[in-house]
Amino acid sequence: MTVIVTPKAAPKPVAKDDSMLKQKEMMAAHYERLTSAPEKGAKVCNTFVPGNLNELIMCFDLVNNLPEVNAIQSGLRRLSGGYVLEAEKIGHSEDVCTYVKSDIGMMAKGNIGPNGKRMPDPDVLLLSYTGCFTFMKWFELLREQYKCETIMLHTPYMGDGVITKNMIEYMVKQLKEEAIPKLERISGVKFDIDRLREYLKKSAKAEDDLVKVLQSAKNKPSPIDAYFGGIYYIGPIFGAFRGTDDALDYYKFLRAEVEERVAEGKGPVTPDGDMGKERYRLVVEGPPNYTNFRQFWKMFYDEGAVVVASSYTKVGGVYDLGFRHDPDKPLETLAEYCLGVYTNRNLPMRIDMLSRYIEEYEADGLLINSIKSCNSFSAGQLLMMREVEKRTGKPAAFVESDLVDPRYFSAANIKNRLESYFQMIEQKRAGASAAA
Amino acid sequence: MAAPMNGNGAHSGVAGIVARAQALFDDLNFTAAREWKAAVPGRKVVGYMPIYVPRELIHAAGMLPLGVVGGGDQLEVIHGDAYYQSYICRIPRSTIELGVSGRLDFVDGMLFPSICDVIRNLSGMWKMMFPHVYVRYFDVPQNYKDEIGGNYYIEELNELREHLATLRGKPITDEELRHSIAVYNENRHLVRDLYAFRAERPWQVPAAEVYLIIRAGLVLPVEEHSKMLRDYLAAARAEERPKRDNCRIVLTGVFCEQPPLNLIKSLELAGCYVVDDDLLLVTRWLTADVPIEGNPLKNLALAFLHQSESTAAKYEPNLAEKGQHLVRAVKRTGAEGVIFACPSFCDPALLDRPMLQHVLKAADIPYIAFKYAENSGQMQPIREQAGTFADSIKLWSGA
Repeated sequence: MTVIVTPKAAPKPVAKDDSMLKQKEMMAAHYERLTSAPEKGAKVCNTFVPGNLNELIMCFDLVNNLPEVNAIQSGLRRLSGGYVLEAEKIGHSEDVCTYVKSDIGMMAKGNIGPNGKRMPDPDVLLLSYTGCFTFMKWFELLREQYKCETIMLHTPYMGDGVITKNMIEYMVKQLKEEAIPKLERISGVKFDIDRLREYLKKSAKAEDDLVKVLQSAKNKPSPIDAYFGGIYYIGPIFGAFRGTDDALDYYKFLRAEVEERVAEGKGPVTPDGDMGKERYRLVVEGPPNYTNFRQFWKMFYDEGAVVVASSYTKVGGVYDLGFRHDPDKPLETLAEYCLGVYTNRNLPMRIDMLSRYIEEYEADGLLINSIKSCNSFSAGQLLMMREVEKRTGKPAAFVESDLVDPRYFSAANIKNRLESYFQMIEQKRAGASAAA
Repeated sequence: MAAPMNGNGAHSGVAGIVARAQALFDDLNFTAAREWKAAVPGRKVVGYMPIYVPRELIHAAGMLPLGVVGGGDQLEVIHGDAYYQSYICRIPRSTIELGVSGRLDFVDGMLFPSICDVIRNLSGMWKMMFPHVYVRYFDVPQNYKDEIGGNYYIEELNELREHLATLRGKPITDEELRHSIAVYNENRHLVRDLYAFRAERPWQVPAAEVYLIIRAGLVLPVEEHSKMLRDYLAAARAEERPKRDNCRIVLTGVFCEQPPLNLIKSLELAGCYVVDDDLLLVTRWLTADVPIEGNPLKNLALAFLHQSESTAAKYEPNLAEKGQHLVRAVKRTGAEGVIFACPSFCDPALLDRPMLQHVLKAADIPYIAFKYAENSGQMQPIREQAGTFADSIKLWSGA
């Protein structure tokens, strides 16, 4: 019989750099804003990370609540497993997205947020979704629950790899004639386009700093991990902070911190402190697993593997390919932002992007973390893997897990595959040296 | 027993027509479509996947619209599985199999409608895998205002019209479009007639037969399919069949990956007459005639916005209206219950299901639910579940 022994000693404190601590404070303050909204009379707008129009939401003094982020928080706190089961118990299929089920299960269990207080009911669901059909169903489910107003903002898919005039016009019209008048009515605040421009200016500045941080991974050693660490870096800008002074300060601070690490020749900070020698540089496609986030990350840094670029950190906006929010065309820029997010790009575009990352970041290969819950990411990844391998000549590997369902995280399987992958990279290197 | 034939060598009577439809269904090489293409040099075939494309545009270009709805339970998937993880539904893998095995090598274009993330991503895969084929992800609006979603959709239709014109080498005229709209209006009329007749006398037109007859419309030229529908309706009306003591159910969730034919047969064998369903919705997506006069693209767009079927892939802007299409279908057809049959891993169907079930519960309409894959082989559990459902309706409904 196998006996599972749980260590009794207190866990080692998790190492965090200053930017992480700063972000933690920002997130805590935001959850306080959310949970105190009913008593303060503030109105709440639920929306999604891909297609998050935070600048617009702020124009109406609404507090932005992102159910995906709540699901991630539940995953990191090991609560999502119970929530998913709760949702399945009340009739949701075991086959569908676990973000949705975590959110619905959390509601069924009292809707307690990460600060231990009840999350507010939304006053409006801004169904601004891009790159994923599940979002549409998710808010239909929430609408059924909350019976609140729902505003659809449909983003067409970049099926042919281009943003057409028709797409932009369609989205701008939806904003002008549907979203903005409804948000004015619900919030009681008149829309001021100059206010929007001011927020957009701040967004663009923070986006500049974020890009510098992400591109710092071109250094050797990379001062950041652009996947596990990257998830922290994108938090404020993908969430409720884009367009705020807080975000400006955070990204300025983060950039300075990262530049200092570059100057000192340091690698990334991991939960166990500074990473040791950088041995493998990887590009990662797909979201992470959140229920075993640290365990998953450890499998990388223990082997000296650092992620130098990832697609997941582009799911709430692709800034490193040049897009910036543009205050001179405020509504068009919101449309372009939604249209350009990673999962709204067709597969050939995604393959181009990953191949380019491998070249530009001098990576050893591509690793795909394929997520059971997320067909938007996952459908087609096996072809993507083969195509990127073919184009770059670099080896690729495939592991499977889930976003917030602990049942689909098999540590032994993933570790095994990663170890084999690292061996494959070594062999490839040995072959290349022998050939030289 | 061989199906009866008329003097021209064509099948006649219910059995003959159904045999022809069954042969088309069984033919995974799409021989009928290949023969249509080969008959006249320069002809082109454009494939499309569920759930809806405006077939009128393909027809107006003089091309054959070919419905591609997976490989069913007779196709051995050898290559297709290498493209998908185990948690992704079966239709994309069998469709890939059809492609890589050369069964679609005569197809000049493929349209991938806006239905879910899997079919959407398959459009990109098709672009990579079959670079010589015209591939388009066909987006439709989720905003139903004429000036917003309508204008967007007209332009999308116009782009498709231009692309198809390029494919054939000359523009598609408004007159050609009007003619095609009229031809499809007639086809939709006949499909609706068949559905209405089945709702009235389901023992006369078993669900599996109706399915085969409608499914033939995915591979035949529309004019030929309309003739088949007329012939079948006339033959079915003329032939008396025994009426069973079955209950009447609406089958829903089957709008993309197709259930095995045996599953449809099993439901009736278990005591459930299917009096409405959402199978092959493309054949009756538009619920009323599209006007012939005026701007044909605008007419198609307005029909999409205001007179089209409700389904999981479409946003329902009005909470009070959510799921009411099912309640109406139950009332219209005199159904006594609803069977949710959803393909495994089908996001739209499975995410929609709880909401629809709440609506049915509020309307006091009984329902059951199960999952399937296009290659499900074991029907016994489904037969037992459907049989129990039928018994419960017979024994306790209205008590």
